[in-house]
Amino acid sequence: MKAPAPPALAVENLKTHFFTRGGVVKAVDGVSFSVNRGEILGIVGESGCGKSITGFSIIGLVDPPGRIVEGSIKFNGEELTTADQERLRSLRGNRIAMIFQDPMMTLNPVLRVDTQMIEAVRAHRDVSKAAAFGMARDALADVGIPSPERRLKAYPHELSGGMRQRVAIATAFINKPDLVIADEPTTALDVTIQGQILAEAQALCARTGTAMIWITHDLAVVSSLADRIAVMYAGRIVETGTTSEVVSHPLHPYTMGLMGSVPSQNKRGERLIQIPGMAPSLLNRPTGCAFRPRCTRSTQACLAEPEITEPMQRRAVRCFHPLLAGAPA
Amino acid sequence: MTAPIIEVKGLSKRFVRRPDLAGRIAGKLGADVREETVHAVDTVDLTVAKGEVVGLVGESGCGKSTLGRMIAGLLEPTEGTVLFKGRDRASLDGTDARKARLAVQMIFQDPYASLNPRARVENIIGEAPRFHGLVTNGDLSGYVDEMMRRVGLDPDLKRRYPHQFSGGQRSRVGIARALAVKPEFLVCDEAIAALDVSIQAQVINLFMDLREAFDLTYLFISHDLGVVQHITDRVVIMYLGRIVEVAPTETLFAKAVHPYSQALLAEVPRISTQKRSFRPIKGEIPSPLDPPSGCHFHPRCPHATERCKTEVPPLRTVAPDRDAACHYADDMLAR
Ligand SMILES: Nc1ncnc2c1ncn2[C@@H]1O[C@H](COP(=O)(O)OP(=O)(O)OP(=O)(O)O)[C@@H](O)[C@H]1O
Ligand SMILES: Nc1ncnc2c1ncn2[C@@H]1O[C@H](COP(=O)(O)OP(=O)(O)OP(=O)(O)O)[C@@H](O)[C@H]1O
Ligand code: SF4
Ligand code: SF4
Ligand SMILES: [Mg+2]
Ligand SMILES: [Mg+2]
Repeated sequence: MKAPAPPALAVENLKTHFFTRGGVVKAVDGVSFSVNRGEILGIVGESGCGKSITGFSIIGLVDPPGRIVEGSIKFNGEELTTADQERLRSLRGNRIAMIFQDPMMTLNPVLRVDTQMIEAVRAHRDVSKAAAFGMARDALADVGIPSPERRLKAYPHELSGGMRQRVAIATAFINKPDLVIADEPTTALDVTIQGQILAEAQALCARTGTAMIWITHDLAVVSSLADRIAVMYAGRIVETGTTSEVVSHPLHPYTMGLMGSVPSQNKRGERLIQIPGMAPSLLNRPTGCAFRPRCTRSTQACLAEPEITEPMQRRAVRCFHPLLAGAPA
Repeated sequence: MTAPIIEVKGLSKRFVRRPDLAGRIAGKLGADVREETVHAVDTVDLTVAKGEVVGLVGESGCGKSTLGRMIAGLLEPTEGTVLFKGRDRASLDGTDARKARLAVQMIFQDPYASLNPRARVENIIGEAPRFHGLVTNGDLSGYVDEMMRRVGLDPDLKRRYPHQFSGGQRSRVGIARALAVKPEFLVCDEAIAALDVSIQAQVINLFMDLREAFDLTYLFISHDLGVVQHITDRVVIMYLGRIVEVAPTETLFAKAVHPYSQALLAEVPRISTQKRSFRPIKGEIPSPLDPPSGCHFHPRCPHATERCKTEVPPLRTVAPDRDAACHYADDMLAR
């Protein structure tokens, strides 16, 4: 029997820490997940919980004083944590692309958009400038930018915030990579254009088998886009499952809290539910379950570190008292 | 009646790009090289009363940030005036001008570009209040801590530089900086877009508390219709540089009159339990480089007639508490 193809991406026990003067910031602290070809994995979680640093770790762009201290990242079976810079450079923008949370991390402020996009194509492919220009124009049209030919002549500061985001998205998609890490890519986009981008993302996954990691805090977006969801808290993944199951039956008390904070029609003008307390500092995370100081279900047991368990098929949760049917709410 | 806190009259902004050197040479040689003009904001009138929360929504690139920046006094209008408490801001000088500038603050869409990368966060937040004498040197440190706590940032991090924060933490630094000078009017440009829902809830609650306590007024630019519906009193909808509809929030969400508003509100995303297929937008999105004649919306409007192609529909009051810019607003209202 032939061995099954490896997942597009398999992350095992990843730990990325920042060694600052104030102490060690454990931004990513034991994260494991995998993404298959053509699959979209949504990562959600509170601000500062380590989502972007997880992405940076995969593409090998963690700057000192930060570094990967443990774990493995396999891309199509190839180990990336031990790959040299040259190998990572040749993968980046070509086989693996990241859409940065801040579009200006992708865009160079002093170069015109066309220069940058043509360069992105030609760095990895042997095509003429004219052909690359054509690809750039089509890519901009695909993300809903009107007059793409003329907009290519603009400098980044001459574009609106949402247009800059879309240029960054188009640049990430242009080489049809095997893996796209999209970090809050649509935060400034209105619903119609967001729909267009999501359509492009879905089409890319379906057509070319691209695997995607879609980092977002927007549960409405992720719930209608992703196949599976991973919920992150304080540098760790606390819950995973198929999107529909996680959304309709969250198991982890933190996931439950996230759902309750979404503003909606029937709560108009009222105070929104906040999860009480503050996200823990990743400098000195509390012992035991990191969510304990904010959790209404915590008990003595939670002073110990909860391990990942699989209380149901295809569901994993890191909690001693998950919200299983029949359990006290 | 007291004067409204902000009154915008006939405000326009056009960005003109001359062809660069290569383009000019090509032009001399007979190539078709045009000056590009973007009509980012086109004769906008808007009044905001003290204590009001006004939402500003519209497609990406329709001119929301440009309008917000002109109202905040950060960008010169091409035409028109902005009155602050009844006085033309361009005519103010000395202390009055300084006061007006401080009173209107902006939270920027792009926190990375708007924070000095070489300044520590404590200085980013504390610099202006110290400079303008809002706090004494002795109280400054405690004041910065308090501002950070309010937006959910750990004051222990105040000696960090902007790049050492996560995206959402950085955007909260921008919010804390704007609040630290105790503004009367706050332009929030996608201010909470980068925040996860629980922090978002905290910041929204904070905004509402400040409004209660100090009558703080907001122009709230956001693509998130759920949030807009939640916190605003009135909504302004823009399309390609022009205002197309203004109405109290509940009235608008109950029934939109302008066909663009109708299309926009039909799309309010909800948390779904099913993955769904997205479809790209039908038809070409018109470009602000080349806005369509007449009603800008006519190429996409299901109700467009010949008249819409030539005649610009003015923004007019079509019902109590409802302004709309559509020739057939009365029919839309009656439907
Ligand atoms: N250079 C750095 N030095 C020290 N700490 C850092 C550095 N960069 C990031 N961090 C910390 O690492 C943690 C994880 O950051 P990360 O950017 O991954 O968060 P995130 O989950 O993407 O949050 P957001 O949703 O706000 O973007 C944060 O608490 C952040 O303050
Ligand atoms: N400095 C500039 N030079 C040239 N054009 C500009 C400049 N700033 C903005 N524009 C153009 O003006 C138009 C309106 O931009 P603006 O940033 O106001 O849009 P927006 O409504 O805020 O969009 P978004 O939701 O994407 O942020 C856009 O077409 C943009 O390209
Ligand atoms: S392990 Fe305990 S403290 Fe942690 S989320 Fe579960 S119940 Fe709450
Ligand atoms: S004026 Fe005409 S084209 Fe414009 S919105 Fe009304 S019906 Fe549609
Ligand atoms: Mg981030
Ligand atoms: Mg904008």
